[in-house]
Amino acid sequence: MDRRKFIKEAGLATAASVVGLDIVFSSTLPENYIPLVKEPGNPYKLFGIDPEMTVLNNKPWNIEAKAHLLDDKITPNKYMFVRNNGLIPQSIDVSNWELVIDGESVVKPRTYSLQELKTKFKQYSYQLTLECGGNGRSEFNPPAKGNQWTVGAVSCAKWTGVRLRDILEDVGVKEDAVYIGYHGADVHLSKDPNKEAISRGVPMYKALQNETLLAFKMNDKDIPLAHGYPLRLIAGGWPASASGKWLNRISIRNKIHDGAKMKAPSYSVPCHAVAPGEKVKESDMCIIESMPVKSLITYPKTGAMIEAGSKLEIRGHAWAGELEVAKMEYSIDFGATWKTCALDRPTNRLAWQHFRASVEFPQKGYYEVWARATDEKGVCQPMLVPGWNPKGYLNNACHRIAVKIK
Amino acid sequence: MHYEEFKKIVKRTYVVLSLFFGLLLIIAGGLVYEMLYPSFLITETDQDIVYEPIENLEVIGKNDIKNGIHEPTGFVDANGLEQVVINCTPCHSAKLVTQNRATREGWIGIIRWMQETQNLWDLGANEAVIVDYLATHYAPENKGRRELLNNIEWYDLKDK
Ligand code: HEC
Repeated sequence: MDRRKFIKEAGLATAASVVGLDIVFSSTLPENYIPLVKEPGNPYKLFGIDPEMTVLNNKPWNIEAKAHLLDDKITPNKYMFVRNNGLIPQSIDVSNWELVIDGESVVKPRTYSLQELKTKFKQYSYQLTLECGGNGRSEFNPPAKGNQWTVGAVSCAKWTGVRLRDILEDVGVKEDAVYIGYHGADVHLSKDPNKEAISRGVPMYKALQNETLLAFKMNDKDIPLAHGYPLRLIAGGWPASASGKWLNRISIRNKIHDGAKMKAPSYSVPCHAVAPGEKVKESDMCIIESMPVKSLITYPKTGAMIEAGSKLEIRGHAWAGELEVAKMEYSIDFGATWKTCALDRPTNRLAWQHFRASVEFPQKGYYEVWARATDEKGVCQPMLVPGWNPKGYLNNACHRIAVKIK
Repeated sequence: MHYEEFKKIVKRTYVVLSLFFGLLLIIAGGLVYEMLYPSFLITETDQDIVYEPIENLEVIGKNDIKNGIHEPTGFVDANGLEQVVINCTPCHSAKLVTQNRATREGWIGIIRWMQETQNLWDLGANEAVIVDYLATHYAPENKGRRELLNNIEWYDLKDK
């Protein structure tokens, strides 16, 4: 018999009293909250992702890639990290899907059907880098709270949709507009219908960029459910949390959007540098905008052993938020000397750039190949974990792989 | 009373009672079925179907503990396990908890944040037990400014 459903409906307290379970523990537990002690499904089947992807959390789903899985120039769905703050919406009625545009600073509020969006406005495609603000969090010391992302919460897929700017022009934006805030169909973890899991946004200057899209395609196909089907706001180069999934409303605000996860410490860092572990007042925290310069060696996979005398071809990607990467280097002596890599220009603004190099090793032994990108303003990646912050954002420390010469 | 009449009454009572118990049985059966398969009377929302929460009625089953770990959740088996499983897994999986490391003060901070912004309830007397458990078994380690590369899986790289 299926007791799961029974307990699910009855609520723990009721269930407990039925079987005579000690309910002391649950005395403060509200009805209908059930402890989760079972795997909630197979993510590899559910989302069509590769078995090598790492599941950090299965409720809500948070899944990351490994460096070597991100070798493709355009990230395929199966290697794209999945970040959720809430529960993925279960029933999506595309034919009745609507996007509402409202807010204090909209001239004439209105609603678009998906079909209207697709037919009324010109469509554009861009390769856009999306990186979780907390990518690399696992390295902070003292530890920062949240999902412990290592290096794989980054992707660069091809996104197709209409420009947010064209829609904003269509509805009209008042002069006092400051920010746009998004709203999506995902469900808060507590299942409270009055609570949003996440509702962030971007300032007007980012909203009006050419590459800021309302996308309905990822890599030329419908956006997969886990990535925001049927409509997603895409703000490349910014923390991926600014790119709202399952998009059903955009509010044009006359102040900084105040939706869920806009308030410090979420997606914010200290405005002024602090010592590791220091307490930071909410009013001293600033919202993250562009992501910093960063790179990843995607080939070979760490742990490669090669014969003495042979060359090692390395390659990977580099990106710098709103900026372009100007220089790419590698070091095999822990930063004592650096050599230049060949670096491609981006396909379009906000796309990651590809680099490669042919590495020679002087003698047998254990090596690490470290990669370092420099942005167009001359700022490069640190070799150590950068400025500590309470939630562990913006770790852009150099990536490295281990190599043995036999 | 005539014997025949008495027999008739008994028979009628028997029929009525049988009908009555039969009906009770059907109602009870329906109720049980409804408890087991709620969609029988009420249609479930899609949201409920995906995340099926619990296999056993016991929160900590007899065979759940292996090598000091509560297998269904991955939590360390120690004093406070029940309170933690019951209060910390209804919204998100235990993985979000076990991934994290914090001091006592840090854990209290996480709990307050969830209470203020994420609908976490007042934990009452369980709070002290939960915080003790977390601060003891999920305490931070000093990782320095950059850790060594560890758990490297060595392999022969053949073609360049
Ligand atoms: C009422 C729902 C609810 C309950 C019960 C709950 N949490 Fe949470 N918790 C949340 C939400 C929502 C988040 C944010 C998830 C996200 O955005 O990824 C969260 C996040 C966390 C995080 C990550 C912190 C961060 O800043 O992202 C930790 C650690 C955590 N919870 C621990 C616990 C512990 C320990 C308990 C038991 C005392 C608990 N949770 C019970 C709702 C809950």
